[in-house]
Amino acid sequence: MAENALTPAGDSTPALAGLPGVVSDWSADKQAFPVPWGKAMMWIFLLSDTFIFTCFLTSYMNVRISTTVPWPNPSEVFSLNIGGARIPLILIAIMTMVLITSSGTMAMAVNFGYRRHRANTTALMLITAAFGATFVGMQAFEWTKLIREGVRPWGNPLGAAQFGSSFFMITGFHGLHVSAGVIYLTVVALRVWRGFYDRKGSYETVEVAGLYWHFVDLVWVFIFAFFYLW
Amino acid sequence: METVAGHQHAEGQQHPIRIYLWIWALLFIFSTFSYLIDYFHLHGYLRWTLIITFMLLKAGLIVAIFMHMAWERLALKFAILVPPLVLLILIGLMAVEGDYTFLTRLAAFLR
Repeated sequence: MAENALTPAGDSTPALAGLPGVVSDWSADKQAFPVPWGKAMMWIFLLSDTFIFTCFLTSYMNVRISTTVPWPNPSEVFSLNIGGARIPLILIAIMTMVLITSSGTMAMAVNFGYRRHRANTTALMLITAAFGATFVGMQAFEWTKLIREGVRPWGNPLGAAQFGSSFFMITGFHGLHVSAGVIYLTVVALRVWRGFYDRKGSYETVEVAGLYWHFVDLVWVFIFAFFYLW
Repeated sequence: METVAGHQHAEGQQHPIRIYLWIWALLFIFSTFSYLIDYFHLHGYLRWTLIITFMLLKAGLIVAIFMHMAWERLALKFAILVPPLVLLILIGLMAVEGDYTFLTRLAAFLR
């Protein structure tokens, strides 16, 4: 099935490279993108998601520029007391590392999937999902801590009122993506384990799930830079 | 069931695991550097330049290697990577708008 999708019957012309390749891919009387449809659709979904997250981050930028009240210092807001010392932003740093680790295990899972190592693929995907769940758990801890300190979407005792709404909106939507990803990865992992993709003859679904997961990590890179570090 | 050779041609995007491990290590290093920016309280343009540099390096590595965009055909790269560029216009407009709102607020509140 994968072979059919990649090289349609009767199409024996070699694929061109560079810009002429773009023109021939888009204008020739054939499938525009020589990838499985699931992958093309996932990329287009992620493109739309890029626009959603950029809208959130842009609105955050806008309210942060326009407020006349000082913005709470994220470095202090997200610091934790560990062993008597106050370490700035440490929870967020750990969450970043957890998500990057999960991205690494996902990349390995995709690799093992294409090599048809069923057990390794399943194990790595479940490890990825476990890291994702850990991330969501830490986020729940962070939310609880801030809510206890009086941070609300409409105001907070630390400074600009818009801090709360930006924080809950952006991290909440990202956390929702991570949670959905954990479920998605678990479902695909169980199907890998049951041999569903061996019967189907293609492990592309694992790569498509990987695309989603890496995108969640990618969004976090931007949130980490603009919301927490800025 | 390990029939690597038999499936080599049927399935795309097979790369040595070494590449992923390298990128993984780089992502850890860049994240640590990003965190250290905050830890050492760097300020002003140095801070913002470093934040954006590490952010773009990490984002680039994730998209290019982990998401395999480096190995896709140019037609797909263009279809996915060019449209987000229009967002730069939105960001520019909203930055101008934010400055305008800020000045309007100052004018109104200080009167």
